[in-house]
Amino acid sequence: MAFFSIDNINIKGMAAAVPKGELSNWEYTHITEQERKLLIKTTGVEKRRIVNNSGITTTDLCKAAAEKLLQDTGTPKDEIQILVFVSQTPDYFLPASSITLQSRLGLPKTCMAFDINLGCSGYVYGLSVISSLMSVGKFKKGLLLCGDISSAGPPEEDKSVFPLFGDAGTATLLEFDSTAATMHFSCQSDGSGYEAIIVREGGMRKPFTVDSFTMVEKEKGISRASRNLELNGMAVFNFSVTEVPRNIEEFFKLTSTYPDSYNYFVMHQANLLMNETIRKKLKFRPEQIPYSIAKYGNTSSASIPLTIVSELRDKVAGDVSFLLSGFGVGLSWATVSLKTKGLLCPQIIEL
Amino acid sequence: MDINEFIQKLQGEFEDIPAGFLKPETKITDIEGWGSMHALIVIALIDTEYGVTLKGDELRKVQSVQELYDLVIQLKKNQQ
Repeated sequence: MAFFSIDNINIKGMAAAVPKGELSNWEYTHITEQERKLLIKTTGVEKRRIVNNSGITTTDLCKAAAEKLLQDTGTPKDEIQILVFVSQTPDYFLPASSITLQSRLGLPKTCMAFDINLGCSGYVYGLSVISSLMSVGKFKKGLLLCGDISSAGPPEEDKSVFPLFGDAGTATLLEFDSTAATMHFSCQSDGSGYEAIIVREGGMRKPFTVDSFTMVEKEKGISRASRNLELNGMAVFNFSVTEVPRNIEEFFKLTSTYPDSYNYFVMHQANLLMNETIRKKLKFRPEQIPYSIAKYGNTSSASIPLTIVSELRDKVAGDVSFLLSGFGVGLSWATVSLKTKGLLCPQIIEL
Repeated sequence: MDINEFIQKLQGEFEDIPAGFLKPETKITDIEGWGSMHALIVIALIDTEYGVTLKGDELRKVQSVQELYDLVIQLKKNQQ
């Protein structure tokens, strides 16, 4: 297992931005009332924020979150030596969105910047990469920007995908701090499950053709084109309730910790039933698990920081011990334990 | 665990099923509105209560409540 520890990095603050546009699954009339009730009970998704046709992209949301965070923490921009952007909905095929963000945020040219192409596991993976580099390079400060506008793809006619995803962008500010507690990471991957969550066409393997846009009925209530996101809910469910508890049980052994060693266990907000199954298997108490999925749906790599900002912002003023776990598309999954000391979380920004 | 206990637990998960509807011979797809959400609920219940994770394909092959119960018992045995 890729298990490793990083010293000297403190998380100073987190911010999140969501679009103003809101959709309620109570008004999702593509399915029957009975299906609607069951969908909401099972997935936990009541409402979600969507960019709609506003033209807002992931980088716009992340930029707003980053600006607010830099402002509220009083961080001089020239201290930012690294910017990492984690997303699967970048602005362009190329150049990397992180680099355009370096300029749009007014960061100095001495700042290194690059993208990471990951979804649900992306926050924890992103933290591991930026923290490693900052620790080795003794960088003063760094920005980790994570988000997606997953709503931009799925058609309303696909009940297996459309009601699940929301859009959000987040910013996490990290700093070199020789008194910071050690972070422990465990990162895994299983590419044999690459078809469980996939956009099949539009990349180099299968470039767009006219047919990429043709809607095809796959089964009752599920129509999509091959350029759209496809999700095998059952396969993802099975993967998550098997591999995530396995990863974390091993993590407990390696770190000599147990559920009560942590104030909060923040999971990627995938599906309420799935997350609750993981919680029960690992024997965490309900009070340790914050959920924002009812308000924002599944927001990909933004979900962990969004949940912390949305649900815990007034509970993190002192010392807090976190276990964070992201899991999904890839398949890819990762867990981190970390401690914060007075995490600063501005109120969620609406664009 | 016997099958009656199993049925009671299934019944508890689905508010819409009238009491006494589920019997060993009942086809699970006869549960009103049966769909992928029901399947997830069944998989989650069996995982939490019996510690075995059913795959989608395994569940799709099962017809009656009895067959589902037998499958869970079988998977549990294989685990030991």
